[in-house]
Amino acid sequence: MTFHLAVALNDTGWHPAAPPGDVLEPDFWVSQIQEAERGLATLVTLEDGFARPGLDSVLIALRAGPVTSHVGLVPTVVATHTEPFHVSTQIATLDWVTAGRAGERIKVSADPAEAALFGRRDPSSESRETLFDEAVDHVEVQRRLWDSWEDDAEIRDAATNRFVDREKLHYIDFVGSHFAVRGPSITPRPPQGQPIVTALAHVDTAYRLAARCADLVFTTPDGVGRDGPTGDAATTLRGVRSAEAEVGRDQGAQVLGDLIVFLDDDATAASTRWTRLDGERTLRSDADVFAGTAEQLATKLEGWAAAGLDGARLRPAVADHDLPRITRDLAPELARRGLTRTAYEADTLRGLLGLAKPADRYAGVQ
Amino acid sequence: MTQKKQIHLAAHFPGVNNTTVWSDPASGSHIEFESFRHFAQSAERGLFDFLFLAEGLRLREQGGKIYDLDVMGRPDNLSILQAMAAVTQHVGLAGTVNSTFNEPLDVARKLATLDYLSGGRAAWNVVTSWDEFTGENFRRGGYLPKEKRYLRAKEMLDVAKQLWDTDGGDFDIHTDQFDITGRFPIPRSPQGHPVIIQAGDSEEGREFAASSADAIFTRHGEKQAGIEFYVDVKGRLAKFGRREEDLKILPAATFVLGDTEDEAAENAREVQYQQVSPATAIAFAEQVWNRDLSDVDPDGPVPSFDPVTENDVDSGQHFSRGRASVRQYRDPVATAQEWRELGEAKGWSLREVVIAKNGRHTFVGTPQRVADTIDDFVQSNASDGFVLVPHITPGGMDPFVDQVVPLLQEKGSFRTSYEGTTLRENLGLAPVRALSQS
Repeated sequence: MTFHLAVALNDTGWHPAAPPGDVLEPDFWVSQIQEAERGLATLVTLEDGFARPGLDSVLIALRAGPVTSHVGLVPTVVATHTEPFHVSTQIATLDWVTAGRAGERIKVSADPAEAALFGRRDPSSESRETLFDEAVDHVEVQRRLWDSWEDDAEIRDAATNRFVDREKLHYIDFVGSHFAVRGPSITPRPPQGQPIVTALAHVDTAYRLAARCADLVFTTPDGVGRDGPTGDAATTLRGVRSAEAEVGRDQGAQVLGDLIVFLDDDATAASTRWTRLDGERTLRSDADVFAGTAEQLATKLEGWAAAGLDGARLRPAVADHDLPRITRDLAPELARRGLTRTAYEADTLRGLLGLAKPADRYAGVQ
Repeated sequence: MTQKKQIHLAAHFPGVNNTTVWSDPASGSHIEFESFRHFAQSAERGLFDFLFLAEGLRLREQGGKIYDLDVMGRPDNLSILQAMAAVTQHVGLAGTVNSTFNEPLDVARKLATLDYLSGGRAAWNVVTSWDEFTGENFRRGGYLPKEKRYLRAKEMLDVAKQLWDTDGGDFDIHTDQFDITGRFPIPRSPQGHPVIIQAGDSEEGREFAASSADAIFTRHGEKQAGIEFYVDVKGRLAKFGRREEDLKILPAATFVLGDTEDEAAENAREVQYQQVSPATAIAFAEQVWNRDLSDVDPDGPVPSFDPVTENDVDSGQHFSRGRASVRQYRDPVATAQEWRELGEAKGWSLREVVIAKNGRHTFVGTPQRVADTIDDFVQSNASDGFVLVPHITPGGMDPFVDQVVPLLQEKGSFRTSYEGTTLRENLGLAPVRALSQS
């Protein structure tokens, strides 16, 4: 089993005092994503939200798609303020552009400032459970739309002058408490069939969201959630599995642990750097923070693998320093220890995750 | 010597309609990225101002069933444009984005992103819609009354411009359609505002374009009609404090080339028969007759009975749904009569009548003839250029790029290299001033 190395990109880094950079330039993003690919990362996630400064992460992923070849691209989608129909076709388009490397991270927003940008609702007056339920519906609509064209719907049949076989196009007729969507999609079924849906979880409601709709879950071992400490790697894994049992899911999601990293040639340099940056602005984080050498980090991640985690999503504290350390120092060390891949073994994100292309839920349905 | 008036050209990615021929052996995928890469790089090789994508947010239906005769299936517009930015350097990237089923903050943010991540090449064709049919795919359904669709579009555009003009700052906006407040997350993008495109011939559409757009798409492929439209729309600009060159008028045009005039005519006829298959002829007639005509012979005469006039196009219950072109049949009984008379006079079958009414190409001829016609059209102020609509994906633009563009360049009416770095510069538009500076 490959232990998955994933990289989480966030502006110029996850430390709030990370020096500024050209975050509005295509090269800023493309070079980081290519760097992650150089380190044979399974996927790259891109942080997003409407109330934070910065570019749209779905479009950043699309800009990087044609100039990368293997790494999975996972932008962030705010379910609360987006149309599931649009998001479904956007992620399907990312999957077409990358020939099967698309994913998304779904999240909810209870932030009144973010809601005010849209002026359509006041999510602070809605319970968190309701917002999470809506996100589950959002993903369900996306998934049905992805399946709404069977793979062989396009027939180009000269004899009957038909371009498609409409028996292989399906209305999805979703009706939920926040929206109803008729379908079918305007976009043919993407190459992966179902692009990869991910979620970050550190509280029970989020574990349940992930259990209900995600293929991949990011947890925060030894971190802090809304309800307090999240526990060690094994504890977070149990959180995921018990939520899955609660909702009656048989095939468990893959689970990657999140960690902010400061990497240097010696541990003192790394912690000194952290201390220095904290002097400018204190890092407050849901995920645990690691400062040390690549070897030390590899040993820690071996522990996570032993605890049953499927991988780690590393958040470079300062992107232009710590990302190359992840890809050039840590990744070879993990590979040397037999934990991670030594070359990309598949061309799609599902393939890298060892997941087969799923059957179309509507195949054969009239 | 003063420079000749310059032609502006756009390349329309083949659309989801019967103009696009899928039965030809040269016809490739309409969804794989390789097709978009090919098309975008062809447009850039031809030094086109921009490439353009239309939009449809619901699969069309006819007789209660999904319409299956045309090419269908498309990507999300701003998403595929952003990917094409990665494989081109100069060509503008224009996408249609609906104003009814989107919110200004999201659209303005995406367009600003596209503008940054393409180095100033983004353009937005703002379209209106109101129908419940499309709304069934969205949160609010058919919430917008028909009479408010232009209000919504205009406010959407005004609000987007205000958001861009904040330069990443605070806003507090209250209009009929929007009550939004906060901070726009992106500083002013390379073009200030993406290039704004509007399509529409109605009085409201012309006013909207004259007040707010940088380019207007039209259907006026005939010179005299083009000149009348040009005079009318350019004449409206002054009252909005704008100059004639601030709004480019670009009719849509199809083309078929041949080494001789005869060969071009023969090619054109062949394309017309590909575009209007027997089944497509019946489908077009059904749009006029507003009923099922599956028992009519497409190679026989135009039906002698009259169309159904209940459930007209505005009712949302028309036989054909999700198709804008149906609205041209305002008086279906008269249209049917016209078709019958044409068929009788020429001895044409229903299919031949449909081809004559719907399958006409704008430019048919040798490359020299087509170049002459285009140049004359633009020099006569019947337009500022054209949006060219090829009928083959992805290579349909290539013959024009290889054979017609060099002739336009010889005439001194078309660029030999890109003048500017942004689309706005290439279109010869004035830089955008922030509202606070104007």
